Amino acid sequence: MSLDSWQQATLALQLLTADPGLGGIVVRARSGPVRDAFIAATKTLTAPVQRIHPQISDEALFGGLDLTATLSAGKLVEKSGILDAGGTVVLTMAERCPAGLAAKLALAMDGPDAPTLVILDEGAEDGEAAPTILMERCAFFADLNEVTYRDLAGESALPLERTRETATENTLAEVTEVAMRLGIDSLRAPLFALRAAKALAGLAGQTEPSTTDIETACVLTLTHRATRVPQEPDQTPPEMDNASETPSDMPGQMELPDEMILDAIKALLPDNLLDQITARTARAGRGAGSGAQRKGNRRGRPLPARPGRLYDGARIDLISTLRAAAPWQTIRRQATGRAGLHIRQSDIHTKRYAIRSDRVLIFAVDASGSAALARLAEAKGAIELLLGQAYARRDHVSLISFRGTSAELLLPPTRSLVQTKRRLASLPGGGGTPLAAGLQEAMAQALQTHSKGLTPTMILLTDGRANISLDGEANRKQAATDASRMAQVIRAQGIDALVIDTGNRPEPALRTLAQTLDAPYLPLPRADAQRLSDAVSTALDG
Amino acid sequence: MTTPFPFSAIVGQDEMKRAMILTAIDPSIGGVLVFGDRGTGKSTAVRALAGLLPPIRVVKGCPVNSAKRTDVPDWAQNIGRGTHDVPTPVVDLPLGATEDRVTGALDIEKALSAGEKAFQPGLLAKANRGYLYIDEVNLLEDHIVDLLLDVAQSGENVVEREGLSIRHPARFVLVGSGNPEEGELRPQLLDRFGLSVDVASPKDIATRVEVVKRRDAFENDTAAFLLRWQAEDATIRDRILTARDALKELKTPDKTLHDVAELCVALGSDGLRGELTLLKAARAYAAWRADPTLTRTHVRDVAGLALRHRLRRDPLDEAGTGARVTRIVEDVLG
Repeated sequence: MSLDSWQQATLALQLLTADPGLGGIVVRARSGPVRDAFIAATKTLTAPVQRIHPQISDEALFGGLDLTATLSAGKLVEKSGILDAGGTVVLTMAERCPAGLAAKLALAMDGPDAPTLVILDEGAEDGEAAPTILMERCAFFADLNEVTYRDLAGESALPLERTRETATENTLAEVTEVAMRLGIDSLRAPLFALRAAKALAGLAGQTEPSTTDIETACVLTLTHRATRVPQEPDQTPPEMDNASETPSDMPGQMELPDEMILDAIKALLPDNLLDQITARTARAGRGAGSGAQRKGNRRGRPLPARPGRLYDGARIDLISTLRAAAPWQTIRRQATGRAGLHIRQSDIHTKRYAIRSDRVLIFAVDASGSAALARLAEAKGAIELLLGQAYARRDHVSLISFRGTSAELLLPPTRSLVQTKRRLASLPGGGGTPLAAGLQEAMAQALQTHSKGLTPTMILLTDGRANISLDGEANRKQAATDASRMAQVIRAQGIDALVIDTGNRPEPALRTLAQTLDAPYLPLPRADAQRLSDAVSTALDG
Repeated sequence: MTTPFPFSAIVGQDEMKRAMILTAIDPSIGGVLVFGDRGTGKSTAVRALAGLLPPIRVVKGCPVNSAKRTDVPDWAQNIGRGTHDVPTPVVDLPLGATEDRVTGALDIEKALSAGEKAFQPGLLAKANRGYLYIDEVNLLEDHIVDLLLDVAQSGENVVEREGLSIRHPARFVLVGSGNPEEGELRPQLLDRFGLSVDVASPKDIATRVEVVKRRDAFENDTAAFLLRWQAEDATIRDRILTARDALKELKTPDKTLHDVAELCVALGSDGLRGELTLLKAARAYAAWRADPTLTRTHVRDVAGLALRHRLRRDPLDEAGTGARVTRIVEDVLG
């Protein structure tokens, strides 16, 4: 028995209608007719169905004082929040949902009168996704990106073909074991599977779930949580195409091992490298300090008050508000015939502050064969030193490697240094140098973090010997042109960068690239022989 | 899910349960930090704890849960007569909470509609004499962290803003949980937690099945399930109360004090807070086990809880400090 994504989604909706305790459903789809059809189908869920967006204020969500009504009526008017109504909450653009809102929704889902959550995730790339804290609490997931409008024509998923036998006593143990074999740590998953199975049985008018119910429930609730594929003979083997991709027609290219993993070794770097970038940015006039400035309404250096609405977290500036209201008093008193102070929504001024956003360091590491042979281990050591500095400044860190024909995001922005170090240690080297692809991926990552309100800084570690062009061809000339073009685009986007040359000797082309990037260029110094021998002799003596 | 899952019905996670019981016996130990993966029962345990705690006696209508009439802050209005028993407050501090929500602020409703300058108490007032629970504590915004550090240290919340000058007691046990993969905690905040626990999902299938089975039973027939575990929860509650009394009578020999000091020196933990917390935790543990005298065994059993998060750590150290503490405890206390 197999269900396509659309059938899964509609079946999940039926189950949620039957048992709202299943939490909700995460739907990954761009807006379009298919998603519209899905949203239309959510009408069957527990009423009222209300839509919220990531920037929703606390007041709208939890209810509170209706300021406009209170001010005009002169007495307290409260309005109820969306969560008070219970029912179904549709969260649009969930990939932009801030952690704070996610935590509040998660809390509501854990509490009494939990709303059913429909999460619409419009994320286009892998890095963009709904908050995990919410995905964890929703039983179902459906990816409707591949569904075409024509697929919707079929009848709904039920009734399924059902086997007669009811599930055995061991259902519970089986479901738990399946979840564990799929590498799902969370114990919410098997609980959802069980609940879904019971709901399926309920839909079919039976009291106990059948084996089909349990299978279907596992497909619906466990598939998207799986972190590994259990060993099964009928599983199609992963595509094996990476063996042929190592470019072999390069002139003067020596035989390189496909992959090698090198341990990080101590590298020599100036102590205050990150400070240097900061200083430079200050000169360039693009904001100063660890991250760029942005305007906030809660903390930081005070700015003049602005007229505005009392939305989530904004603080009212009483003096400015009163000053704005003062000239109108006589007019308003005459108009309403009511004595006392008259304040209207338009008088409200809120406080504003300038704050610094967090910085993200994006490491783009060249792990090609040439770099690996030369000094990949030292480059790793250099990154570790920089990570130590990043830790001290509470920066976020992201890791990209490029080798062979493409670049790969190894680690999305995180503050977890242990995780970064682990990924770095297991970073293999070998293959060509797709410098342009590396720059492209780093830029994509930088723009994505920028859109999240963080300030990206790119740190490029390479020997600069680009030999793979953007389209994956082994063409040294085209590769250099592509890299330089990418660098121009990056500079145009105003992204800060730092270039570290990891080659055996400084590469003039890389210095030029750094200039194009408007980035400081730093050849990684050789570990000096004296220190090396000192270290070796200490180790031998010990 | 209106009713919390019974504390005694939580399968495994003994260290987490022990840590929570110890803070219930002696709140001055100063809170628990629970770090672990998603779905390991962190939130469940904290919410279950609320049902387990003995009630406290407060002045009716007091916004900061004062025990005596004289303790009620002067700005409080509508104070009732007499006192009554209420459940120990366990207050959730949501991640996105604004500073106003946390500390309290000018009551804008009253200011605008009645023209009155009144103070609207925040979460810190509500949590006084109880627990403050922060889920995803490592994702908490820095300015809220700063604020909490200050209040947790002084035990008093001071609000100076918008023409208000208000202070009120805010003594609470800080309980935090989080997933270390998502970010780390500032050492200053780490230090404010008395005990720390690392939890992981159980790896053996029998335990996992048992967890799922109990949760399933709980959801199918909550009333019956609560009835089934009621007695055991009550036993724990009584033991906590007995232990609180026993704590006063507990003897602390100098030899054990010496052990504690030696252990902290060997571990090189910063400051004396580690020693004090370890001593308090060990005493609470001895009282819990109804032993008359504090011995080396007690210290050994809670050393990990009290010291794991206090070591000066290398940000790039993968193994974590847990292993280091265990090894040194073995070395020093044998």
